[in-house]
Amino acid sequence: MAEREKELAKGVDWIVVLLYAIILATGILCIFMVEYKADLNVFQAFTSGKTDYSKQLIFGGICALLATFILLSDSKLYTAMANLSYVFGIFLMVLTFVIGKNVNGSKSWIPLGGGFNLQPAELCKIFTSLALAKYLSTQDLDFTKIKSQLIACAIALGPAMLSILQNETGLALVYFSFFIVMFREGLPGWILIVGFSFAALVVATLIVDPNTLAIILTLIAAIAVYVLRRQVKRSRSLLLFIVGIWIGCVGIQRFVVPYIFNNVFQCYQSTRIYAMVGKEYDCGQNRSTKKRESEDKKVAKPDDYNVRQSKIAIGSGRFFGRGFLKGTQTRGKYVPEQQTDFIFTSIGEAFGFMGSVGFLMLYAGLLFRIIWMAERQRSAFSRVYAYCVASIIFFHVMVNVCMTIGLFPIVGIPLPLVSYGGSSLLTFTILIFILLRLDMDRNKILR
Amino acid sequence: MALEENQGRSKIVQLIFAVLFLVIIAQLLHLQIFSKDYRLQAENNAIYRKVVYPDRGIIFDRKGKPILENTVMYDLMVTPYDARKGMDTLTLCKILDIDTAEYHKRMVTAIIKNGNYKAYAFESLLSPEKYARLNESLYKFPGFVLQERSVRSYPFPVASNILGRLGEVDSSFLAKNADKGYQPGDFTGVTGLERTYESVLMGRRGVERYLRDNKGRMQGHWEKGIYDTAAIAGKNLYSTMDIELQQLGEKLFQHKIGAAVAINPKTGGILAMITAPTYDPNLLSPANRRQNYGKLILDTARPMWNRAIQGQYPPGSTFKPLNALVALDEGLITPSFGVDCGGGYSGCGRFIRCTHSGGGHAANLRTALANSCNTYFSITYRMEVDNPKYGGVKKGYMAWKKYMNGFGLGVKLGVDLPSEQMGNIPDTSGYNKDFNGHWNSCSNVTLGIGQDRMTATPIQLANAAALIANGGYYYTPHLVDHIQDEDEDDKKLMQSYRTKHKALDIDQAAFDAVHKGMADVASEGTAAMINIPGVKFAAKTGTAQNPHGKNHAVFIAYAPVDNPRIAIAVVVENSGYGATWAGPIAGYMLEKYINDSLTESSKAGVESFSKVDLVPDAIKHWYYVKDSLKQVKLTQQASKGVDSIPPATLFRQPEQPKTLFDPEAEPNRREADGGDSNPYAPNANKNAIVLPDERKIKDKNIRRTTH
Repeated sequence: MAEREKELAKGVDWIVVLLYAIILATGILCIFMVEYKADLNVFQAFTSGKTDYSKQLIFGGICALLATFILLSDSKLYTAMANLSYVFGIFLMVLTFVIGKNVNGSKSWIPLGGGFNLQPAELCKIFTSLALAKYLSTQDLDFTKIKSQLIACAIALGPAMLSILQNETGLALVYFSFFIVMFREGLPGWILIVGFSFAALVVATLIVDPNTLAIILTLIAAIAVYVLRRQVKRSRSLLLFIVGIWIGCVGIQRFVVPYIFNNVFQCYQSTRIYAMVGKEYDCGQNRSTKKRESEDKKVAKPDDYNVRQSKIAIGSGRFFGRGFLKGTQTRGKYVPEQQTDFIFTSIGEAFGFMGSVGFLMLYAGLLFRIIWMAERQRSAFSRVYAYCVASIIFFHVMVNVCMTIGLFPIVGIPLPLVSYGGSSLLTFTILIFILLRLDMDRNKILR
Repeated sequence: MALEENQGRSKIVQLIFAVLFLVIIAQLLHLQIFSKDYRLQAENNAIYRKVVYPDRGIIFDRKGKPILENTVMYDLMVTPYDARKGMDTLTLCKILDIDTAEYHKRMVTAIIKNGNYKAYAFESLLSPEKYARLNESLYKFPGFVLQERSVRSYPFPVASNILGRLGEVDSSFLAKNADKGYQPGDFTGVTGLERTYESVLMGRRGVERYLRDNKGRMQGHWEKGIYDTAAIAGKNLYSTMDIELQQLGEKLFQHKIGAAVAINPKTGGILAMITAPTYDPNLLSPANRRQNYGKLILDTARPMWNRAIQGQYPPGSTFKPLNALVALDEGLITPSFGVDCGGGYSGCGRFIRCTHSGGGHAANLRTALANSCNTYFSITYRMEVDNPKYGGVKKGYMAWKKYMNGFGLGVKLGVDLPSEQMGNIPDTSGYNKDFNGHWNSCSNVTLGIGQDRMTATPIQLANAAALIANGGYYYTPHLVDHIQDEDEDDKKLMQSYRTKHKALDIDQAAFDAVHKGMADVASEGTAAMINIPGVKFAAKTGTAQNPHGKNHAVFIAYAPVDNPRIAIAVVVENSGYGATWAGPIAGYMLEKYINDSLTESSKAGVESFSKVDLVPDAIKHWYYVKDSLKQVKLTQQASKGVDSIPPATLFRQPEQPKTLFDPEAEPNRREADGGDSNPYAPNANKNAIVLPDERKIKDKNIRRTTH
């Protein structure tokens, strides 16, 4: 028996466990910094279970139990349960439309009683990862076929669609991180290029004056035609292709983007996106605003207060930071939602550039370790799953940190293992420890 | 499976990860290392700099009574956010005597001006009664607190122009005193001692830094207060003033215009400085200032103008002792020098009348001073200026002017009050211009009797009296004897008041002769009617002609004769004889100071003298017209219904007696009703043109009866 335990322990990748623990501990420390008040008995506050950091500590304990449980479970369980759990996840998400609880304007929570709420969209990340891994590791799958690519996309984006319907744009975005996995597994590269080009076009639309951009696009098209004039002479279809792209681009720039910003997005969302590129959005053009105005309701004018305060907090840290518990932005509660989405600001302020980079290196270490682990799997299921975990964590870190430093519009995406919140912490713990469990059996081929 | 061909894509994925991490690090570099102003912005957000004002120094009189001190008043502050739940609005409104509509109005104002989370002065400077009632039921008003505020208070409602007052600093003051740590909204001494000794009285401000949260609430001291500096209280001033003497002087000057200064000749310390009219300093306290300041500053009698150091009057005959001193010092006369005066001096073509015409009233210097002979001093003046020693009238005049400056006339004495005037001892250039360069001692002979273009401030006259009493020297008159715990800077500030001035080396014999003459003035001369029980004093009366109407009454004196402890100068504008109108004021003040109390008969004399009204008619007329205009305006507003504050009944009420008699048949009856006692009486403005004359007659009647 003891020998088996030893064997078990030998198979676990302790580096990942260590990084996991350090990041989790840092998170509790950060929440403590945010909630700290002078004249307070720290020990009592930690054990009382009333403050956010003590709650997070309790969640951490639950996670430890859960992790042990996962490590002791059978790895075949996960391949076997993959598709079933996905269906269950989708069911839960649909269920929110019926019995969902409205928290901060998004109806995406299922009340569990005792003050706890469950967000199925969080859990669904695990189920989707498993399902995608299961599908992509199917023995006779030819991923070069459009059909299988579409099926994979549907698996990945199904929960995303439901999330958007629940008004949780942030969570929906996360599911786009599965494209990284699919790219690794053979999704044609041009899809990514088209995606990037589209993003570039949207950003350009926001920044550049519409007429100038139209002229620039026309010039690019003209130059393309000129450069390819010989090929164009040979085949008319190439010319039609270029003209088609040109019309598409101008159409997007002229009509699609303004339409989306004015009619699909809420006023605050458009404002946030404009704020990111340093522009001001005129909410008067927004449909939802117009609707509210016509109903004679007050229209709160959103501003970039959050980002501004967040940037001040991080910027005021300078190289070495202001010191533990000495950040004025944190102590004065100037940054809204600081213990959840803006938790990175407390690190930036207290520990400065040094601390921030060091902290990011923890994530980088974790991510590269997971990718390294992925590549050592014999089983395709484990490999795909590992990429899913890496992609999800990477996407969360990037979006969250970029939004606090003003490189991405504000969307409610937590920083993995650090932001306060039980759902998110449990989800990432399960994600990582299933991976570790699968990794322990890396020499087996799991189906 | 496509495993092998996709192996390279792992590298691409890792590359994407790495690149995006680098992007984040680049942005962190930009925010944390290259942008310098985020730290500043964070501190502007969170650190609240609070200036702690120390108590201003207290001013004591020479007997140790506080005459300008601090009292604590209370402001009722409200934090709107906290004042919602469990608020007993009705009780609060009852205590403050407001209605709930006013309560809500003030709350809304507080929120608009200061936001929900910051304290706002719901009511400033509470009366003691309101404070007491609020204090005991404050637990019923969450969000309300009573905040202390230190306010200047004047235990004695006198000497307002001397003590001075505080005023808010303006931008030009801030620019001038950039290095002294004032900030907009601060108060500083703007007049009087408050201004002169501002640097001593203000103390040193402390600065406390607080951590402030996003709602503007204080979270305790920044960095546990290591950057805070403590406030150091202002130093107290120990004044030379005798507050009882000051009170007596101000009482005597009621209904009069003029000034008086009493000096301790031994030290130069000012015992009392009266300027009339004056005002109650409490009228300009923070709570009342807005209401009264305009009225006071526009008053034609200028109650905020310190005549004692700024009023410039011809000294008249009070100058004669100084004239005698010059002549004696130059060796032009001896004390036994006499002239034969037949009632005036005509040596210069025009006739300068003398009070006396009897033979021998100017037989020697002593009698000439006692009888204030104009002839005598016209002659001595001409001798001084025409002194052959100097060769020419202009050089002689300049030598004479030098004497005057040595006496402290025509120069600023340097009293420790702002805006002192220098009086006027004219230069030769003025005479050169007026007389085309051809003038002689006759041209300005009346300088010898303190007229012509000569003017002096009351403090200069008092100083001259002190100089005579001292036998040749004086200390610069000053109000502050010493500063509490004087350090080097304070000593430097006080240095000029502790130096003996003896510009002229006049022989003691000359002073003895003048002393005798001035003692005779008091005992048998022009001031013989003034008696101080048990004290021998020396004096000189003056009745100064001036272009503004009736003569100014001027009087200088010192007492006791053999060991002078007080020297005094009194000027009563446009009143008449010096001995009649200025003399008694000086007499009562000398008595009070030397005997430390007044006899019963003196007390009665003070009472009746203080009721005498010597305000010139022109000024009374001005007040009258001003009141009438105000009434006209008020009645017009009332008839139009524009003015909501005084209800129409205010004007209707006095109309009733009008119907009780026939104005045609009894034209004087209206006058007897005393329209001027009620400023809003409607009959007063109805006859605005006729009434002033009637009032004049009335005033004359009063004066006659009080004589």
